[in-house]
Amino acid sequence: MSITTPLFQHHKHCDDLFADAESACGNGDWEEGGKLFALLHDQLEAHFSSEEELLFPAFEAATGMTSGPTEVMRGEHRQMRDLLGQMGSGLADRDGDTFSGAAETLLILMQQHNMKEENILYPMCDNALGGSDVGATLSERLKAS
Amino acid sequence: MHPNLSFDQAPPISVPYRFFLAAPWFGVLAGLLLAWSGGDALVSRWTPEVLALTHLVGAGFMLQAMSGALFQFIPVAVGGNVWRPRLVANVVHPLLVVAALLLVAGLLFSSPAYLTAAVPLFLLGAGGLVAAVAVALWRTPATGMTLWSMRMAIGGLAVTVLLGSILAEALARGLDLPVIDLTNVHLAWALGGWALMLLAGVSYHVVPMFQLTRPYPLWFTRSFGPLLLLLLCAWSSRLVFDDDRWVTAIALPLLLVFSAYAIMTLWLQYTRRRKVDDATSLYFRVAMVSMLGFALSGALVRLYPEFGDDPRSIVWLGVLVFVGVFVSAITGMLYKITPFLNWLHLQRLGAPISAVPNMKKMIPADDMTGQLRLHVLALLLLLAAVWQPTLARLAGFAFAASCAWLAWNLIGAARRYRQFTDQIRAVVLHP
Repeated sequence: MSITTPLFQHHKHCDDLFADAESACGNGDWEEGGKLFALLHDQLEAHFSSEEELLFPAFEAATGMTSGPTEVMRGEHRQMRDLLGQMGSGLADRDGDTFSGAAETLLILMQQHNMKEENILYPMCDNALGGSDVGATLSERLKAS
Repeated sequence: MHPNLSFDQAPPISVPYRFFLAAPWFGVLAGLLLAWSGGDALVSRWTPEVLALTHLVGAGFMLQAMSGALFQFIPVAVGGNVWRPRLVANVVHPLLVVAALLLVAGLLFSSPAYLTAAVPLFLLGAGGLVAAVAVALWRTPATGMTLWSMRMAIGGLAVTVLLGSILAEALARGLDLPVIDLTNVHLAWALGGWALMLLAGVSYHVVPMFQLTRPYPLWFTRSFGPLLLLLLCAWSSRLVFDDDRWVTAIALPLLLVFSAYAIMTLWLQYTRRRKVDDATSLYFRVAMVSMLGFALSGALVRLYPEFGDDPRSIVWLGVLVFVGVFVSAITGMLYKITPFLNWLHLQRLGAPISAVPNMKKMIPADDMTGQLRLHVLALLLLLAAVWQPTLARLAGFAFAASCAWLAWNLIGAARRYRQFTDQIRAVVLHP
């Protein structure tokens, strides 16, 4: 198992949560949708913060690349947090258009973000951090979330 | 930094948009041409009207939309750098529009002058596009089957245009060439080597992304493109080795490969995590079912002469593949690409994300699903009109109307982009 395998798996977990939350709210089941959205929000936040507080600093320290790919990823995390915020207000107002519009945008942003991470950044991290214990810490942190 | 990690190289939004906005008008022209011509136009694939209709859709609608998508897709999906995209698009786009119109006029009026005028413009326009895109596709450090499919597709476009140019010259000058065999090879490269190869390569990337499906299995993506390419080369051997059994022996596996892509895509859609259907996922389903209809009908035509002997059977196949498969799949993609492009470029203007309207504000969902319904109605009418000529005018008007509605939806997206840009600039300048 590589260092970033838990993050790979966690992407899929978040995809599932997204699909369930979107489906529930789309069907007008705001109560269930609200619970699922809260779960999605927490899991995505745990994912972003694990990367920002653990993986990215370790990668930057190992490679000296502080203004490169990790900065782009942090920027996209900010955009996704913002879209999650818009989904949250749509949910609070029971406003289906706001919720589904922000969800649609989040989905595509999240998918292309995940592809960049999975295809490029994670392999770079696996190379740079091969002998470290970052993987075990990431795994524990995501499990605890 | 790895080029895949940034959208900074994405071309200015006007580059893909000019192609996207031009594409539907070729469909409008095709519909109006059929409405004007009436039922006799569809009796055989060789009538001037059917040749003109085929090229309005293939060299007009499809080539425009697919060129625009290439400019956008290469930097974003495979990290390639198209050299000066705005300049290349400024040159290539008008050349391809005029070349397609001249070609269609040449075929419709059997005019050698228009045909010979179209050839150099096509060679320049498509040649420029192929050269610019090929350099980008071979220089990128990325790997993967999307990239390889795109490389093969751009080769397929080059073969299609070269064979098409030879055919146009042969028609215009009355050259003694095997025109029917050359046409069949030209058509196979156009549909398989260029259009399907690109559609499949792009699908590997966007079907999981837009529709939240599982990825296409590795064994599938690794074998699909090379197998398709191999079969197209074998199909081309009919130019020197024209034996009917050999042609059938190639045609059937070729149709099987077409079906494999359709079945795999439908299966991924069926088992996907996201349960919300939208215009894009429905359009893809229409395209894949049409692909299966095309493959099944194609096999019947080859295996049972009683089907194949009626020249209308080939027109039926043409409607299924051009309108059913490619116009549907392309429209479905445009309905995701243009809203996301708008959002992507708007959020770079520097305003807080909350000030940027979300994707669903770019084209109203009802307009997309309404247009989809009209497109499906037009497709069914076109299929019926092949056998029932009295329906041809109605089918033509329906197709023209559905393409005009698509144009209207895309113009709306472009207009909203401009309007939102002004609003966001006002917020950034006067917060």
